[in-house]
Amino acid sequence: MSHYPYPDETGRYGAFGGRYVPETLMSALLQLEQDYLRLSRDEAFQAELKYYLEQYAGRPTPLYYAERLTKHLGGPKIYLKREDLNHTGAHKINNAIGQALLALRTGKRRVIAETGAGQHGVATATVAARFGLECTVFMGEEDMRRQALNVFRMRMLGAEVVAATSGTRTLKDATNEAIRHWVAHVDDTHYIIGSVVGPHPYPMIVRDFQRVIGDEAKAQILAQEGRLPTSVVACVGGGSNAMGIFYPFIEDEEVELVGCEAAGHGLHTPYHAATIARGRPGVLHGAKTMLLQDEYGQVQPAHSISAGLDYPGIGPEHAHLAETGRARYVPVTDEEALEAFFLLSKLEGIIPALESAHAIAYVMREARRYRADDIIVVCLSGRGDKDVEQVAAREGETAHGSHS
Amino acid sequence: MDRIREAFAAGHKLLIPFVVAGDPDYARSLEIARAILDAGADMLEIGFPYSDPLADGPVIQAAAVRSLKQGTRLVDCLRLVQDIRARSSKPLVAFTYVNPLIQYGPERFFAELAAAGGDGVIVPDVPLEEAAEVAAAAEAHGIRFVPLVAPTSGEERIRAIVREARGFVYCVSSLGVTGERQDVSRQARALVDLVRRHTDLPACVGFGVSRPEHVREIAAFADGVIVGSAYVRRIGEAVDAGRDPVAAVRSFTEQLKQAALEAIRPR
Ligand SMILES: Cc1ncc(COP(=O)(O)O)c(C=O)c1O
Repeated sequence: MSHYPYPDETGRYGAFGGRYVPETLMSALLQLEQDYLRLSRDEAFQAELKYYLEQYAGRPTPLYYAERLTKHLGGPKIYLKREDLNHTGAHKINNAIGQALLALRTGKRRVIAETGAGQHGVATATVAARFGLECTVFMGEEDMRRQALNVFRMRMLGAEVVAATSGTRTLKDATNEAIRHWVAHVDDTHYIIGSVVGPHPYPMIVRDFQRVIGDEAKAQILAQEGRLPTSVVACVGGGSNAMGIFYPFIEDEEVELVGCEAAGHGLHTPYHAATIARGRPGVLHGAKTMLLQDEYGQVQPAHSISAGLDYPGIGPEHAHLAETGRARYVPVTDEEALEAFFLLSKLEGIIPALESAHAIAYVMREARRYRADDIIVVCLSGRGDKDVEQVAAREGETAHGSHS
Repeated sequence: MDRIREAFAAGHKLLIPFVVAGDPDYARSLEIARAILDAGADMLEIGFPYSDPLADGPVIQAAAVRSLKQGTRLVDCLRLVQDIRARSSKPLVAFTYVNPLIQYGPERFFAELAAAGGDGVIVPDVPLEEAAEVAAAAEAHGIRFVPLVAPTSGEERIRAIVREARGFVYCVSSLGVTGERQDVSRQARALVDLVRRHTDLPACVGFGVSRPEHVREIAAFADGVIVGSAYVRRIGEAVDAGRDPVAAVRSFTEQLKQAALEAIRPR
């Protein structure tokens, strides 16, 4: 494959991406792009970023050989990229540190963020505390209920949490509210978007701050196995952990890239978040991408058991990778993810985030398709502590038969 | 026939209300639109309801939800334009987010908007950089592509934006989404001045304009005044209270029109 050139200078990944935002934001986006491109070549900035990733977030994270899971499935060797071991428990901190430093370097003292599961909100509130930034997090009312512990965490860290009460009251609407707030405060506020979504340059910035996952994983697998993996697997909400681990492998064409979308109750129902499988091209949150929508272009509600995957869009670069066939996107249901959640806990003593459990579930389902000497690297994007209560409540309901 | 140009050529400051198609339902939104035009509005902006209106505050969001709950589809919005056109010769401008437009197909959208008697289009999430395809399709069907400029745009962008503008230039009064504000931002006048330096097209001001005194103040320096949330709120309140929204918008229009006429003309 020749040099991978995306995004182009208009912020596009093939047919996807761009900047579909109110004019009020355009100057800020253009300025952000310039500032970011300058800082991405600035050695002092990069050194500072590296310092905080190592000393504050705890990088590098291990690439762990999941021996018992491998034996249990009887197929390929399975390695887990342990993003769950980061400070705050997920990959989101990589991007939050990068963007907080970006805010500081561009003279912004206020940051805002949207959050679904609350992991990005917690990561943003954390770095805001560390760097003395004022912080407001927008979160869907429904998600605040599902992820009450993270709401409490953010408030402890000094952030203001604002409930998004419009629309479906989940990540999509939290993002709408964050963008609306930014339109009104663009002169003194940096918007820390939490995934590879939104208008250009955000999908590029977030990818670049998350590529550390893939850079490390590649070096680690070469050190441990002496060769590249057969497949790299990650869950996809907006797609930041997936893009982070995929990006350094894009030009290694022999490596299969697999993104796991939330299939919720199943693709035969309306309750899923399988954007690539069931969406059509459209515009959401400032980017042209694949989108769950009706025939008139009204955005359709998504569903997933995991708040972090419950999003009707996907990062534009994933839409492009799907269209070109460089990456494959597969659906994983709520049930499959739950099964993986329990299996990984029991076999490896690692409780995964429900989001990450979607990636584990794909490996469980498809292990037989691989040979014993194949290697699969799975991005374990976060830990499951935040989900334990929700899963326990659900199991309790099932056990007491209140479903019937 | 260029209804937008003729409206501005009449020489007075234009009152341009905004309402959401299908709010609170199709029949009443048609009555509301007709009443507004009969009561003296010079042009009407018709909001096509969308599930994720990024540039709108809570009042217009709620109206979009009301309308979509009634089952309003894009074809119904186009039919509304046609039904309004049947009894009015004033300019009608569609306000739509880009995603519904893309799904319908820009060609088909503008062909049908033109056939329905529409004159212009405003797409709040399509800035200059993304405008080429939509603007060309609009132009091909004689629909004026009205761009927005904001206080954050800066002179260089404004120059580039107004070069591609048709019909008039929509000046966003202040930072923020649509919604009523206490006062007219000082930025509004500076923005209009900047726009005038680079185009002869009319400059209209919207976002946050809510009261007759705002209209009077803005009409003193701009060519037209766009009033949205203040209308949409009155419609919602009347419906909630079981009152007639048509009566509410009629008297409000008369007040605003009076204010627009009172404004002095600096040009
Ligand atoms: C642990 C974890 N994994 C994955 C995601 C999904 O986001 P993305 O697709 O951007 O990685 C989230 C989002 O909240 C998360 O918390």
